[in-house]
Amino acid sequence: MTAPLLAVEGLSAYYGSAQVLFDVSLALVPGEVLALMGRNGAGKSTTLKAIMGLIAARAHRLEFRGRSILDLPSYRIARLGLGYVPEERRIFTDLTVFENLEVGRQPPRSGRTPWTPERLFSIFPNLAEMSGRRASEMSGGEQQMLTIARTLMGNPDAVLLDEPSEGLAPVIVELMTKAVLAMKSEGIAVLLSEQNLSFAAAVSDRAMIIERGQIRYEGSFAELAESQEAREAYLEV
Amino acid sequence: MSLLDVHGLTKAFGGVVAARDVTFSVAPGELVALIGPNGAGKTTTFNMVGGQLAPDKGEVRLAGEDVTHLPPREKFRRGVGRTFQIAQTFLSMTAAENVQMALMSRHGEARALRPPAGRRHREEALAALERVGMAGTADQPCAMLAYGDVKRVELAIALAGEPKLLLMDEPTAGMAPRERAALMTLAATIARERNIGVLFTEHDMGAVFGHADRILVLVRGEVITSGRPDEVRADPRVREAYLGETGAAVAMRATQKRA
Amino acid sequence: MDLSFVVIQILTGLASASSLFIIASGLTLVFGVTRIVNFAHGSLYMLGAYFAATIISRLLDLHYGPVSFWCGVLLAALGVGALGVVMEVVLLRRIYRAPELFQLLATFGVVLIVQDVVLKVFGPQDILGPRAPGLRAPVEILGRRFPSYELVMIAAGPTVLGLLWLLLRKTRFGVLVRAATQDREMVGALGVNQRLLFTGTLFLGAFLAGLGGALQIPKSPATPRMDLDIIAEAFVVTVIGGMGSIPGAFLAAIMIGQLQAFGILIFPKVTLVLVFLLMALVLVVRPYGLLGRPEGPAPAHAAAFNGAPRPWGPTERRIALGTVAALALLPLAGDAYLLKVATEILILGLLAFSLHFLVGTGGLVSFGHAAYFGLGAYGAALACKHLSLPMELALPLAPIAAALGAAVVGFFVVRLSGIYLAMLTLAAAQILYAVAFQWVEVTGGDNGLVGIWPSSWASDRTIYYYLTLAFSVAAIAALRHAIYAPFGYSLRATRDSELRADAIGIDVRQQRWLSFILAGSAAGLAGGLYVFLKGSIDPSALGIPVSVDALTMLLLGGLQTVMGPVVGAAVLHGLKDQIMPLTDLWRLFLGCSIIVLVLLFPNGLVGAYEALRLSSTATKGAASARRREPDGAQSRPRAPLEALARSRASGAGGETSKADETV
Repeated sequence: MTAPLLAVEGLSAYYGSAQVLFDVSLALVPGEVLALMGRNGAGKSTTLKAIMGLIAARAHRLEFRGRSILDLPSYRIARLGLGYVPEERRIFTDLTVFENLEVGRQPPRSGRTPWTPERLFSIFPNLAEMSGRRASEMSGGEQQMLTIARTLMGNPDAVLLDEPSEGLAPVIVELMTKAVLAMKSEGIAVLLSEQNLSFAAAVSDRAMIIERGQIRYEGSFAELAESQEAREAYLEV
Repeated sequence: MSLLDVHGLTKAFGGVVAARDVTFSVAPGELVALIGPNGAGKTTTFNMVGGQLAPDKGEVRLAGEDVTHLPPREKFRRGVGRTFQIAQTFLSMTAAENVQMALMSRHGEARALRPPAGRRHREEALAALERVGMAGTADQPCAMLAYGDVKRVELAIALAGEPKLLLMDEPTAGMAPRERAALMTLAATIARERNIGVLFTEHDMGAVFGHADRILVLVRGEVITSGRPDEVRADPRVREAYLGETGAAVAMRATQKRA
Repeated sequence: MDLSFVVIQILTGLASASSLFIIASGLTLVFGVTRIVNFAHGSLYMLGAYFAATIISRLLDLHYGPVSFWCGVLLAALGVGALGVVMEVVLLRRIYRAPELFQLLATFGVVLIVQDVVLKVFGPQDILGPRAPGLRAPVEILGRRFPSYELVMIAAGPTVLGLLWLLLRKTRFGVLVRAATQDREMVGALGVNQRLLFTGTLFLGAFLAGLGGALQIPKSPATPRMDLDIIAEAFVVTVIGGMGSIPGAFLAAIMIGQLQAFGILIFPKVTLVLVFLLMALVLVVRPYGLLGRPEGPAPAHAAAFNGAPRPWGPTERRIALGTVAALALLPLAGDAYLLKVATEILILGLLAFSLHFLVGTGGLVSFGHAAYFGLGAYGAALACKHLSLPMELALPLAPIAAALGAAVVGFFVVRLSGIYLAMLTLAAAQILYAVAFQWVEVTGGDNGLVGIWPSSWASDRTIYYYLTLAFSVAAIAALRHAIYAPFGYSLRATRDSELRADAIGIDVRQQRWLSFILAGSAAGLAGGLYVFLKGSIDPSALGIPVSVDALTMLLLGGLQTVMGPVVGAAVLHGLKDQIMPLTDLWRLFLGCSIIVLVLLFPNGLVGAYEALRLSSTATKGAASARRREPDGAQSRPRAPLEALARSRASGAGGETSKADETV
């Protein structure tokens, strides 16, 4: 088995004094898409935020590219090559599309073709037409594309992608599927938090199910599709 | 006669037209869904009907009365209840107190100086919570409730005003699939038994095609079509602009399940 | 008025506009990025003036010439910039997530500290700075003489505006600053060291404040009072322009500069009033200032006041009864001094409680509560002095006068929210302060009104104590009663969710307005009781320090509790009484205490008691579960204030709450 890019063991997280994650462990190998499935409030976003250093967390091991990131502020984690795409898009609406990409820009990493706005526009063609426009004038779907493009400007080796399909029209979700597959073909590993089973199935290699802050299931998507029990118990589809 | 008549509503934000000539009606006991891509003007239309936003043009009539420029609080007095995309409750109050607050307001006691507020209309509030399945947590602060439960409390608050018309902006946003179905079924059942007209927006195609009597499709601020769920589902424009293959499949399942 | 005179007035107005803009641009820049209204910005300006006066004189002694002068200005501004960095690293960094009230109070703590330090280092006397070499001779414009230094000032404003525009629009630093203005956490998650970004912003903001102070020095001396004078004006400029908008600040500075230049010809005494009236007017028409945009919904963690008033249990009831009984027996101790202090504490307790009604129950952070206290005091005093009414008739006029004032101010205030509301209440208090100060014929100006004594039956200290006790306890009980009544619930409803309150038929503005009047009249009663206790009144009763003292009492007692403010009043006033005679560094001590409170005990004293009560009733299991950490687990620590903010936010739906599309 390949050495994991991101290794998480015994991750716990807290909101104030309330514990919301219990001993979460997972490993993401280079180039794979791992779906973290679960209901709302199950702990998907919290897991991503805890890894990214955005909330108080505790772990036996939290490593990215073999280096502990537990004590690092989120900007240092991002600079190591771990990108984060938040659930609520969090676009800088006062800035133009181009400036949004500029905020995400980080020096290229060796062994990878660096991302440039031009290269990104080939994956997200509708962003090209509006590169000088203020982000506040974009539709929700376009903003969702921009938030991913912005993170890619940091030339990450892996991306934490938080519910990219939430609140999007079905046609836009189809575009999103293509975008995630394009990232995968570039060799970027993705840890995807998702509720939408059909979207996750279309892009992911493996799935984990989280429930009440604990991992309940782990396996390939093919297995999950067959495991009626797991789907009914945790995903309610 | 229809309960809600919306005619020619138009709103622009700094040159960008968010809603253009939106016209539709809702009858008592009828569930009407407003769907469309993000940024199509659903929330704008919704807020104009609810009174949170003033339209540039057009009018809103409630049971024949022109209520276009009335603020939400006046619409409440005329029988409009509302839930929000992000549930809006009084987080420092218990579930029961939330409903009691609405009841106090309905009875014109919001400025009364005689305590204790905590005991006013308590029985009625408990009954309202019972109806939405929240009797067990009536005395828990809203801040402590799970989000799905907060949404139910919000429904109870909206119903406490004895509305003729219920506006629900993405009622199931942020909820788990099974909770979504349960909440929509609950809202639909209550609306039909009390003859309340319901206007709702929603991204969950299961909720829309499973419960709506009629569907309006909004694209770039304009109503491109409206009709019964099966008509809308079959419309190629809707499929192209909004549903796509996956959405159409979900819609198909939901309508079949209903039949 | 001939043309040349008008031109000269316009130029004078432009020069003062430039100087105002340079100061306000720093304030608005820092607010834009950090969302903190830095009360200490005026202190940085004052330091700039002191530094410049000292440094430039030295440099001119070494080598007389324009180079020395401008180097001195730059050095002074850089020095202040460095202090801004210290302030960011030591204090601001820890309160970015705190509620705005805490931020205002903490930075006001810095104001107090700087005041005492400046007095110690530079002495109480004004320091005259040197004039600019090469610019001493006036120039002739349309036959009139005009100081050439003023022409340089006129150019300085637009130059600074242009440089800031270039910096923010054309550099990566600028793009990052603008992005951080909107979402600093996200900027961090994209790999940007936002700490450095914030420190850089504070440096720039403080540099601009220092530059403003240094440029001022050839025109007027450095004085120990210039901090609060300028901060009020700088607030007005940023609020009129729109908080966070630099071009807005420029426009507003020009408006105010011209208003002052011409206003002084028409109403020489009320220029300050004109300025604040302009602000009130602009805010009614454009609630977010000329070029400002609405603040987004307040982040959940910023809600300091989400508590619910719990009814008293038997213990609390016993404590309350015991306290009132003890107060009733206090005169038996026969200590006249103790009685005087106790009377003052009762009055301040009522003041703090009335403020807490607005801040705690209503979520309306009034930063100018002194206005109603002072209105009550002046109302009673004027009735006594000019209408020759006895105390029995003058005292009831105190709450009435304050209620009328609160009704007028409240009319404007309830249209606003958040930081704009705080700024407008502050401005209202400053208007009244200016009126009391400038309208000498009626108010006695700086000297105030004297010889306002109780009627003879009440002039005995013990009788007056009982009178105060009766009024204060009755008023506090009445307000507390309102909190538990539907009235208080409705007010709390508007605090918890304006949208929801509106949707269930509550008239949000009217509810707030009535609450404003109620709280204002209670504060006015306190003012009335105060004036008859002291026998005199002067404008300081309307000043910022009184408002801040009242807020500090809330902070000390704990914002989440109903009776906290009264405890806070007792502790703060007791301390002041004990410590002030011992030291001339009382402000330094108070400032440090406020900062320590904000950073370490954000729940106050009664909050600590409540926590104790809760923890003794809570299940022991929860506590031990947290201690059972897995072996070898490492953790990512958090500051206490942030942990507190998060624990409050956690109830609000956790990861499910989203904010998009809501217009």
